[in-house]
Order: sequence, then C-alpha cells, then structure tokens
Amino acid sequence: MADSYNNSNKAYRRNLMIHSTIRLIVCILLTIICLLPIYVILINSTRASSDIIESGISFLPGADFFNNFSKLNDPTIENGVYTKTYNVLIGYRNSLIISGCSTILTVFFSALTAYGLTVYDFKLKKFATGFILAIMMIPMQVVSTGFLEFMAEIKLLDNYLPLILPAIAAPAVVFFMLQYMKSSFPLDIVEAARIDGCGEFRTFMQISLPIFKPAFAVQAIFAFVTSWNNYYTPSMLLVDGDLNKKTMPMMVSAILSNDKLTDYGVRYLTVLLSILPVVIIYLALSKFIVKGVALGAVKG
Amino acid sequence: MQAATGRTHKMISYAKYGYIFIAPFFIVYAFFMIYPLINTFILSFKENGTEHPELWVGLQNYQYLLFGEAGNRNANAIQSQFLNSLGNTLILWAGNFVVQVILSLLLAVWFSDVRIKIKGTGFFKVVMYLPNIITAASVAGMFLMLFGNTKYGAVNSLLLKWDLILEPFKFINDVWSSRILVMLIQSWMWFGNTMLLLMSGIFGIDPSIYEAAEIDGSSGANTFFRITMPILKPIFIYVFITSMIGGLQMFDIPYLLHEGRTIRPSLETSAVFIYQNFHKTFNYGYSAAASMILFAITAILGVLIYRFNTDSTAPVKKRKAK
Repeated sequence: MADSYNNSNKAYRRNLMIHSTIRLIVCILLTIICLLPIYVILINSTRASSDIIESGISFLPGADFFNNFSKLNDPTIENGVYTKTYNVLIGYRNSLIISGCSTILTVFFSALTAYGLTVYDFKLKKFATGFILAIMMIPMQVVSTGFLEFMAEIKLLDNYLPLILPAIAAPAVVFFMLQYMKSSFPLDIVEAARIDGCGEFRTFMQISLPIFKPAFAVQAIFAFVTSWNNYYTPSMLLVDGDLNKKTMPMMVSAILSNDKLTDYGVRYLTVLLSILPVVIIYLALSKFIVKGVALGAVKG
Repeated sequence: MQAATGRTHKMISYAKYGYIFIAPFFIVYAFFMIYPLINTFILSFKENGTEHPELWVGLQNYQYLLFGEAGNRNANAIQSQFLNSLGNTLILWAGNFVVQVILSLLLAVWFSDVRIKIKGTGFFKVVMYLPNIITAASVAGMFLMLFGNTKYGAVNSLLLKWDLILEPFKFINDVWSSRILVMLIQSWMWFGNTMLLLMSGIFGIDPSIYEAAEIDGSSGANTFFRITMPILKPIFIYVFITSMIGGLQMFDIPYLLHEGRTIRPSLETSAVFIYQNFHKTFNYGYSAAASMILFAITAILGVLIYRFNTDSTAPVKKRKAK
C-alpha cells in the first residue's frame, strides 16, 4: 500500500518535472524570439556595411559603431542625405517636447475630469460618465480626414499644438482613473478639507493629486510611450518636410524608405537610436509597467 | 423645505465645480474629435479631388467605394482598391489574432498555474512585453532589414549561406510572405500585452475552484475547457473585440513595410487606404466616406462589447459567490 503510494507519487512528480521543463523551454524560445531582432539590430549597428554584406548575421559586435555614428552625422557623405533626413538630437528633442507635454496634459486633465465625476454630484454626471465610456473606442483614423481639413483651415498644420492639445481629452485614461478613484479614494478627505476652509481647486491640487500620484505614474509612462511611438498623427500633420520639426519615428521611416541609402551599418544604427530611449525607460520601470498593463482593462 | 425645518443657512451647492472640472475635457474633445468627426461626415458627401472640392455629390462617394459604377473606370478602380483594403485588413488581423491568442492564452495559463511553477516568470513577462513598447515605425524598419528582398537582408544572407535557397527570396514583394510577415510582426508586438490581460482575468478566478477540480480528478485539459475558458469568456471577448477595433486601425507596419517608393498592394489596409487618399492623392471625399464606413464598423463592434460584457459576466459572479 505504502509502496504503491510512493510509486504513484514518484510518477506524479516526474510528470510535473517533464511538464515544467517543456514549459521552461518554450518560454526560453519565446524569449529568444522576442530579443533576437533587437539583438541583431544592436550588433549590426556596430558593424561596417561591407562586413554585414559579406558575412551576413553575426552574434559578435564589430568595431564600427563610432564610425557609423560619425557617418550618420557627416554632411559630406551621400550628398548630405543622412544629415538632411536624420538628426538624432533634433529627433529626440522634438519627440521629447511632444511626448512630455502630452503626458503632463493627459495625466493632469484626466485626473481633473475623473475627480470632477467622482467627487461632485450634478445633473449631467451620469451622461458625462456614459459618454466618456462610449467614445473610448473611437480611433483617430476615423476622424483624421476631417481633422486634417479642419487643421489646414485654421492654419495649424506644421504646428505642434494639434499634436499636443488633444492629449487633454484621453477617454481611456479618464476611465482608468474613474475606476481607481471609485475603489480607493476616500471622499471624507474632501469633506474634511472643506470644513477646514480649503477651496475646491486647492483640495484637488494639494490634497488629492499627491494621493493619486503613485497610481497615475503608470498611466504617465503609458501615455509617454504611446505618444513617443506615434507615427500616424505627426506624419499626417507635419507636412512641410522640415527636419527641425520631425519626430523620431518620422526620421527613421524617412531613412528606411530611401532605398538609395545602402550603408547597412548606418541604417541599423538609425533604428537602434530611435528605440533606445523607450527601451531604457521600459527596462528601468518594467515592474510598474507589467503590473499596470492589465489595470485599466480588466474592470471593463 | 429649508424654511419648514427652520434652518436659516443655505446648503452650499458644489455642482458647479463638477462642471468646471470636467469642462476642459469636453471642450478639447469637441474641438479635436467631435467637430472633425462631423467634418469628416460632411466631407464624405462632397466632390472628390481638388477641382471642385465644394461640390455636393450626395452618396456618390459611398456608392463608388462600395459598388463602383458600370462603365466608370475610376469608380471601379477605387471600389476594387477599397474592397481589397477591407479584405487585407481582415486577413492581416485574423492571422495575427489567431497566432497571438493561442500563444498568449497558453502562456497565461502556464504562468498562473499553481501546480507547475515556471522559474523566472517575472523575467519572461518583462521580456515578452518588450516588443509592445518599441516604436512601430522602427519595428517595421527592423524587420524590413532582417527580411530584405536582396541577398543583403539578414535572413536571406543566412539562407544563402546554408545553401537552403539559390536566389534571394523576395519576402517583402511576395503577396503571401509579406502578409504572413505582417501577421507575425503584429503577433510579436502584441502577444505580451494580450497575455498580461488574460492573466489578470485568470488571477481573478478563485483558486479553490481549481483545488476542487484537482481533487475530483479533473485533467489539465478538462480543467482548462470546463473552468478556465468559461470564466475567462468576458475578458476573452473584450480582448477579441478590442483587438478587432485595433486591427481596423492597423497602419504603421503595413504602411512602412516596403522597399522602394510605393506600398505593397497586398498590405494596403483600410487605414492605409484612408491615409493614402487624403495624404497622397487629396481625395478627401473617398477617404472621408471610407472613414465613415470604418466608423460604422467600429461602432457596431463597440456595442457588441457592451452587450457581451453585460450578458456574460452575470453567471460568472453567481458561480463565484457559490
């Protein structure tokens, strides 16, 4: 009796071992698939173009990273095509201005809207909440024709305002914040502040916002990354081709769609430089991000 | 009322602050989304092209896009282009969704399995979400170079080196290989995200249900199909429909994945069609009409989400309460 129990226990354990090994192997394979393309980009950006052409894929870095970098910034090469279409510092600056401003606006005004809908009672409250839920799914592509025509009419093409200001109205972020406030914001604090004679705006700015800060940090990261990665809207609105206004994704796509530029090392380097900031942000904050992905969606 | 209870002071109404707090959102939304939406609607009834942009043509744009017109070559060309773009959207989305969901469901179940723990789950999650964070434009560029048409593309050079092929294979120019490539890129980018969404659904399931199932001798597959899937149904439908709405917007990868000047017709999605029409050829009428058709589809899908969510969450809650 005891023996047969031991045997079945052993078999059960072996079964578990086999299963967990298979799963581990699959996970490692997927990890490789996820990282390999990025690794190839990283390696190839350090190799000379001739080396890439001759020996194809390599897993060891070359010594031409700085050489590639200086080619990218050399106005005498290829009639200055590189310096005319790609400038990493300008790209970073422009993307940073747009993403940074959008992020601040999104987080602040979404918190303000959600706070207004949570703390106060007013006639249109239900309607407003329902409306925000209903419009969450409307994609930018659907309105882009009218948007573009309207912006051209009021002369806001080639201007950062229509890229930044719409961030004030971010229904999905408002939705997340509504959920958060409903579940974990004590309304008594607002009452207490009122009794102490604190104005409504001051209550929001100095008492409520600090409470929300940690929870909204994740939303801020997402807002920043989404805005940084946005290619559609900037390429739609910035039409005059001025390098000084272009965002990072626009510069990369300009380099890549130019098939006359055949220096592969430099091409790989442009891609690497464009993804570097977000990858660094992600790796530094990955714990928050991975936890935060599901937060907004589940409760829907 | 107040007089009757003998109170002399007035209740302070804070309602106006509610309106003040939500006003910026609604003003900006009206300016940058609602008016452009109405504007798109209006433009969809106007003459195409740049010759008479103010001329009203009624439903002609819709008619051309959906049905074409006998004997009118331009109308028929735009119709086949538009229907082709809808078909492409569906093919690219469906292929990407199948791969992505199978992978992410499998991983979500594995990672939340209490019986068989995988070491380094936290690390795997971080790595698998990474592709989602990278700029889509750069992802397109990355795969464009890896799967380039010429012998200098990384994959081609490898296959040539191993003598698996004699001529470089035109991954980007071939209809189906380019489509499969886009599907795989999209899955590569999104499976981590879907996995995390599904996992949060699985973690909501009471572990005692699994214990009971194990004691009753339920096999792994049985537990999955009889317990996990029914409880996951609402979040699964949510993932399905949001992915579909996302699929309708698929733009960056199909638009940028080409060598040379023109985009691949096999990759022209509806979003690309719209963009091309207002950006390259300035056919505002066509792009507006196509946008409105896309809007109608999105709205129907959005309504479905709410229908399914309200219908199917109820029994789950009851079951949990038991």
